[in-house]
Amino acid sequence: MLVGRKDSERKAIVQISAVAIGIVSLLVLIFGYDKGTLIFSVNPEPVSQIMFFIELVLAGYILYLGIRHRKLLTVFLILFQACLLLYFELGFSRNLHIGNNLFLDQFSLIMALIAGIIGSLICVYAVGYMETYHDHHKEIRDRRSLFFGILFIFISAMFGLVFSNNLLWVFFFWEITTICSFLLIGYSQSEEATNNSFLALSMNLLGGVAFMAALIYLAIVDPTGQLLGLNYLLSSGKAVALVPAVLICFAGITKAALMPFSSWLVGAMVAPTPVSALLHSSTMVKAGVYIIIRFAPVLSGTTEGLIIALVGGTTFALASFIAISQNNAKKVLAYSTIANLGLIVACAGVGTYNLMWVAILLLIFHAIAKSLMFLCVGTVEHRIGSRNIEDMGGLIVRMPKIAIMMFIGMAGMFLAPFGMVISKWAAIEAFIMAPVGLIFIAILAFGGSATVFFWSKWMGKIISVMRDQPVIEDTIKKEKWAVLYILTGLVVIVCLIFPLISSILIEPFVLNIYGQTTRLSQANLSIMLMMLCLLMIMPLSLLFYRKGTKYAPPYMAGRPVEGHMRFAGSMGVSRELELSNYYMTSLFGEERLFMVGTSLCWALLLFAGILLVGVIL
Amino acid sequence: MTYLKKSPWLLHYDASSCNGCDIEVLASLTPLYDIERFGIINTGNPKHADIFLVTGGVNVQNKQVLINTYEQIPEPKVVIAIGICATSGGIYRECYNILGGIDKIIPVDVYVPGCAARPESIIDGVVTALGILEQKRLAMKTKTETKMVKAGDAR
Amino acid sequence: MIPEYLMPFIKAFLYILLAPVVGGLIAGIDRRVTARMQGRVGPPLLQPFYDLAKLFEKENLVVTASQNFFVLSYLVFMAVAGALFFSGGDMLLVIFAFTLSHIFLVLGAYASYSPYSHVGAERELLQIISYEPMIILTAVGMYMVTRSFFVSTIVTSNIPIILYLPGVFIGYLIVLTIKLRKSPFDLSTSHHAHQELVKGVTTDFGGPNLGKIEIAHWYEYVFLLGVVWLFFAWNPLIAIVAIIIAYFIEILIDNTFARVKWQLMLRSAWIIAGTLGLVNLGVLYYLRMVVP
Repeated sequence: MLVGRKDSERKAIVQISAVAIGIVSLLVLIFGYDKGTLIFSVNPEPVSQIMFFIELVLAGYILYLGIRHRKLLTVFLILFQACLLLYFELGFSRNLHIGNNLFLDQFSLIMALIAGIIGSLICVYAVGYMETYHDHHKEIRDRRSLFFGILFIFISAMFGLVFSNNLLWVFFFWEITTICSFLLIGYSQSEEATNNSFLALSMNLLGGVAFMAALIYLAIVDPTGQLLGLNYLLSSGKAVALVPAVLICFAGITKAALMPFSSWLVGAMVAPTPVSALLHSSTMVKAGVYIIIRFAPVLSGTTEGLIIALVGGTTFALASFIAISQNNAKKVLAYSTIANLGLIVACAGVGTYNLMWVAILLLIFHAIAKSLMFLCVGTVEHRIGSRNIEDMGGLIVRMPKIAIMMFIGMAGMFLAPFGMVISKWAAIEAFIMAPVGLIFIAILAFGGSATVFFWSKWMGKIISVMRDQPVIEDTIKKEKWAVLYILTGLVVIVCLIFPLISSILIEPFVLNIYGQTTRLSQANLSIMLMMLCLLMIMPLSLLFYRKGTKYAPPYMAGRPVEGHMRFAGSMGVSRELELSNYYMTSLFGEERLFMVGTSLCWALLLFAGILLVGVIL
Repeated sequence: MTYLKKSPWLLHYDASSCNGCDIEVLASLTPLYDIERFGIINTGNPKHADIFLVTGGVNVQNKQVLINTYEQIPEPKVVIAIGICATSGGIYRECYNILGGIDKIIPVDVYVPGCAARPESIIDGVVTALGILEQKRLAMKTKTETKMVKAGDAR
Repeated sequence: MIPEYLMPFIKAFLYILLAPVVGGLIAGIDRRVTARMQGRVGPPLLQPFYDLAKLFEKENLVVTASQNFFVLSYLVFMAVAGALFFSGGDMLLVIFAFTLSHIFLVLGAYASYSPYSHVGAERELLQIISYEPMIILTAVGMYMVTRSFFVSTIVTSNIPIILYLPGVFIGYLIVLTIKLRKSPFDLSTSHHAHQELVKGVTTDFGGPNLGKIEIAHWYEYVFLLGVVWLFFAWNPLIAIVAIIIAYFIEILIDNTFARVKWQLMLRSAWIIAGTLGLVNLGVLYYLRMVVP
């Protein structure tokens, strides 16, 4: 990957690798779906040493960059983390004997599928995207070989992360994803990009420090290293596992960009769109919530778990509100991602068996729909030269196929009977049975309404029919179309077959951990299926209205409408009409709500920290 | 028998009137005359209207507006010219900006002269228009039926 | 007799057939009572049906063809959601299905790209998000009292739900005003003679499309009053009286209050209704935990 310099070579390598990764993921699925949990004993030795060595090298590299760019916080954090790492290695690693280093269970399968299929699709898309990107931005240095190299390293790291049982290995892959994110955000090397990449790095490093602290704690508690095996840790009961669980979940919170750490994700939107689609909506941030969901059985019923859930819930509500006031398309998507991740964490933090089911369902639906949205927005941005939603008016005339795909993607995010609504519905029904669930139901009700508002607003903007607009989507390359079609198809198909996914993968997983599982009732499933079919048939009605329909201009108080949005004003002057959405910044403004969210969540986290210290002592 | 007679919705437009006739039109909507008991509603929107009540002689600037609004009313529709200004320009007939009577711009079905026209005459005019509306509706129906029959013959 | 599993389908079918009739009659009574309150005589009771028939006699005038699709979807999903409710389905799913149908109306208004429709659509969205939390809280409240989200269970329970959910009921009445498009919350579109923004959301719909929107509104009336019934389901007679009184209060409020700005609507729906509902539910929650 790093070698292929010419475009056509690169394209071929990417496409072949992507297909290969996709096929391998599917093979793993077919092989593993009914096997329960498989544990693989792999000799950790040379691997762990190599990992340690790479970690030190990377730490040195970050230190160098941090000093060069004068980022004190980064320097401090990386030094701190490196010291912890050295302390761990020198102090404990000699005695550690961890046998079961790799494992495979249904949840890992799901994550691997997401990373493998969606990841590969995005890489294929990225080839065409980056070509246009460099055409439009001649001032940015062309480091595409590095770009694609890192993308594939990242996907491998994701695979490593979800298949590792050894927490040390999980940490290694965790840090690799952090570095990949850092390098990719700073790709354009502009000042803003560099600052944002360091912001992301610092916050993720903070999480890394917490992760390291958890590892040290575990090594102190059990010098033989047994507890560093994830499956062993999870089954050893809350008394032992709570402290590391909370620390690792803190790392998960930073990686998933929940409040108060959400600014890095919003800032990461300066990166090229495939990066946003891959890292910052479908996979890397999902690693954060993945680890929190893993620890959900430990957190369930505890106060710390409740606090983590509240952090997630607050993030969900406030991020949804903030998204209302944003008109930058990528920022809206970023805040929506943050909100949905918050919801997943809220489910995981409360951690009852049905909430875990909901959390995994949310994860799947969100990954697919959001990546589709990001890719569409990227394509639109290249064609119309703007990320502003206000400039996307009339997209259904200018780029009909893309507009319809965006419509499906957005519908997937908030409309019944698509995925996210199913998950929200299941979440309400699950929260109501959980202790203190009422707070979360309120958060879901109000936050959910906010999501309806900003998605419908955007949808309306796209489907408004402006007259006399040229069609500009013919220049999009074939590979991009292929990827977009596949993703759109996936959104619909996953909605159709989710009961299947649920019974094959999710329910056995939940059953294994909790001893009981849940599903949507048969009656409800059939109704939703019927609605989905109805929804798919309805557009055919457009064919019936061909004849007998008379067209008239919209009512503009009788002012003659000439062409697109120009009307004859008084004194015979032709005026242009601009329609823009409500952004309500006074109510839902970013700064105000951000302050509220950050302070609330810091308070919650400090509270959790105090409780934790109490547990340790 | 059509239902247009039972539920005619008005659109009222002032094409450069002195407002005398407009006040009389609005007076018909008040509880004293209460034309809502006949199902008549004053909508402000041409796309919802059946009867187009126009007052005033048209001037150069609202000529296009009048045409525009008329075209946005779905068939079947009737136009009632209220007041003598709408019929022929009235006392403003000689003015440089008045085009003189709305039938120079759009086809008119009923004329209600008067300066200002009294609510009783206006209601009378509306009732006459209802009859014309019904005829138009029946004509529309037979036209579509003939079209369908012709299509059948062509096969 | 009719087998058990067919009952929901029959109920749904009856709803789809009869709800427009019942809804139209309610609309007719509404106009008559409003007229009497204003010192007028008012139209005959069957006037809404005449209006509907007339609308279907007009030609289909649209700004863009997609409007036909959106309005049809609005009507179809409204009927589906209401049918789901009356056949005893899951209340939350019913709520989400209703939201789906309303979004279609909003999209239909957006499609025409005209200023009045556009602002009307934005306001309609604001109305939707104003009442949605409260309606979800209503469903949650019903669950907390009857232990089920299914309307079939709630309707047949013997518990006087209203005694447990007074706050939720008042909150529901507040958002009912929004849903019925009555002053002071008739921002996006309203009954005739209450115009603002011309006709708001429904400005650029004419003829048959407007007729379909009317039918959809009637389906909705029946559903909304059905929810009021649920609060009193344990005694059908009281339920009918409650529905009549509630609707009468709505008409009274409609005729006495002026339209407010959207900020006030959003605030009053979220803060007042939300607080009432949440406090009510919180008390119930606490009682349930302390008193098993």
